[in-house]
Amino acid sequence: MECYFDNSATTRCYESVKDIMIRTLTEDYGNPSSMHKKGVEAEKYVKDARDIIAKNLKVNAKEIFFTSGGTEGNNLAIIGTAMANCRAGNHVITSAVEHPSVTAVMEHLEENGFRASYIPVDANGVLRMDALEAALDEETILVSVMYVNNEIGAVQPIQEIAELVHKKAPKAKIHVDAVQAYGKYRILPKKLGIDLLTASGHKIHGPKGVGFLYVNDKVKIKPISYGGGQQEGMRSGTVNTTGIAGLGAAVKELYTGFDEKIERLYAVKQAFVNGIGTVEGAVIHGLVGKESAPHIVNVSFPGVRSEVLLHALEEYEIYVSAGSACAAGKKHAVSPTLTAIRLDKEQLESAIRFSFQLETTLDEVEFCIEKLREVVPKLKKYTRR
Amino acid sequence: MFQAFLIKYGEIGIKGKNRYLFEDALVKQIRHALKPVEGEFQVSKEQGRIYVACPQDYDYDEAVEALQRVFGIVGICPTVCVEDEGFDKLSRDVLAYMDEVYPDKDKSFKVCARRARKNYPMDSMEINAEMGHRILEAYPQMHVDVHDPQIMLTIEVREKIYIYSEIIPGPGGMPVGTNGKCMLLLSGGIDSPVAGYMVAKRGVKIDAVYFHAPPYTSERAKQKVVDLAAQVAKYAGPVYLYVVNFTDIQLYIYDKCPHDELTIIMRRYMMRIAEELARKNEALGLITGESIGQVASQTVQSLAATNEVCTMPVFRPLIAFDKQDIIDIAEKIGTFETSIQPYEDCCTIFVAKHPVTKPSIPVIKRSEKKLEEKIDEMVAQAIETAECVIVS
Repeated sequence: MECYFDNSATTRCYESVKDIMIRTLTEDYGNPSSMHKKGVEAEKYVKDARDIIAKNLKVNAKEIFFTSGGTEGNNLAIIGTAMANCRAGNHVITSAVEHPSVTAVMEHLEENGFRASYIPVDANGVLRMDALEAALDEETILVSVMYVNNEIGAVQPIQEIAELVHKKAPKAKIHVDAVQAYGKYRILPKKLGIDLLTASGHKIHGPKGVGFLYVNDKVKIKPISYGGGQQEGMRSGTVNTTGIAGLGAAVKELYTGFDEKIERLYAVKQAFVNGIGTVEGAVIHGLVGKESAPHIVNVSFPGVRSEVLLHALEEYEIYVSAGSACAAGKKHAVSPTLTAIRLDKEQLESAIRFSFQLETTLDEVEFCIEKLREVVPKLKKYTRR
Repeated sequence: MFQAFLIKYGEIGIKGKNRYLFEDALVKQIRHALKPVEGEFQVSKEQGRIYVACPQDYDYDEAVEALQRVFGIVGICPTVCVEDEGFDKLSRDVLAYMDEVYPDKDKSFKVCARRARKNYPMDSMEINAEMGHRILEAYPQMHVDVHDPQIMLTIEVREKIYIYSEIIPGPGGMPVGTNGKCMLLLSGGIDSPVAGYMVAKRGVKIDAVYFHAPPYTSERAKQKVVDLAAQVAKYAGPVYLYVVNFTDIQLYIYDKCPHDELTIIMRRYMMRIAEELARKNEALGLITGESIGQVASQTVQSLAATNEVCTMPVFRPLIAFDKQDIIDIAEKIGTFETSIQPYEDCCTIFVAKHPVTKPSIPVIKRSEKKLEEKIDEMVAQAIETAECVIVS
């Protein structure tokens, strides 16, 4: 039984996504910017996708900009806002548990004369509101906070954060990296007070290499790349019809019968959490109930190095992640989130992320737990002494 | 502009009656090296020379690069090759050659003619004098220096006439396949590919063995070793890489033996397995990347302890090299970047905090006694299930 429990790294494409993408590659392959009929046909795919997403977020279609994915979305949102608002102030705020595509951008801004504050989190990875309140000042032009943490699934109180920010720093814009949240929550930016929101296609059963950025039309941002002026000049470059069509199809299918799907996913996660309780020495990080995301569970198995457990599970076609996939592959890559929630060294070195998807079955969960109960004690016996 | 390469080879020229064996091996290796280069190259051996005739259109840099990896080649001479249509035509060709190859004319030269075809109307002295004259006439900035010329212009008169003056250095050594075959213990580190390269350079064909320890070592670690073998194969020709699953043996040793002896005992079993694989595949020796004192398992005492299990010769070309010298070679042969990818190999996963550095063979043997019950069976199993990957 294949158990792909690395859905926070990427997901498998829906069939409907694949089908529409193939159509845009071989039949309706025109350039949406072309004036002839072939171009118009292609443009329709883009328009449809934009409408699906706008409807889903309850925003205006022209507030959606297609990007190459989460990293570009976060870059455009943060750099674009900072550049457009640098006369109003030079202070930017983010949390201590962001994805590198936010943290590294903040560092880039710091190198270019901005001041950045990194708000700490509590032991569950949730932003400390008191620290945020203390950091806000009249110079603050941007607050960027992720919706769902990619490593432990902690959910940030976005609405509360937005209220606080708008009250205390009226000039500040709110950016939300929703790469791990979109497709797991119904997100209504206008209701939550979000000015900019990043999402990515391949985390929601869409294709890689495509995503979108929502930008409230009252918010001014500057582009970060220049060229043919596509997408209102905000994102030049031939429009990625194939990816965008796939993204639209993914959103459409995913949000059909959505509430039920999420209920099921929580049930899967709960079953897994219960099972983990029976594995010798296992420690779950962060909250586990509905206060946390429905698809991520991060567990340490002290005494078993995460990389070894990962490969041991691989033997049974159980695929998981050691730390966050984006940080993996580097030797001694220390997870920013797990460090921020102050895990000890043993827990840090043995942390594994399990991330599920809407179609994960209870059988898969059971199989995985069974194998963990088998493998973990065995591996624990053989460690460096 | 060059239609051929004249290949100069050193050491193999002096091998007496065996000479043809070495030349044939060299021709074979040249053909192999040029295979990935687009176009038909004709490699031929005539009168103590090897010629590579090039196709109409070919990538010169790529061809030279490929030839520079063939052991046994001392020099590669890019050659212009013309039909014999009289001396006037020849001198025009030579002048054109000089103009193209030496845009800066302020140089000294010497003409060195060789008349292999004796019915050519001029003898070599006459060709030298007349050609020198014509070059000086055409390019007055040039001057002749017969003792230490900057340009040694060679004109070889055979069926066709070959003109060359440049010698691009080759790697030296001896053609692979002329000195039997050895089994390289390839770990994924910096040293072992370099060791393989060095022994291959002496004409030895290389097989390799890698000890894989899933789940402690990953698929990527294995892929890294395959990549390293492929880089060695660029010089040594196709490498048969035997991937041995070592996990069970390693855990068994871990269970039964004192922990500080684990690395030494493990290495002794690696040597035993490698030797057995070598024997089965008609290799005559083992090659390791060991270097005295580099790590605990490479002290002289440790080396003696590991060596003790082998009856075959174990070649350790890096034995007295400093790390930096090894790294320099690794960079030169293009294995360094791959070697430093951070995947664990099976030598490091269970390494003790304080491994023995001066193991005593009797003590180690006593510890190994504790493995008696199952180890032979496990070793046999490991050898039998070894996967062979042909890397070229």
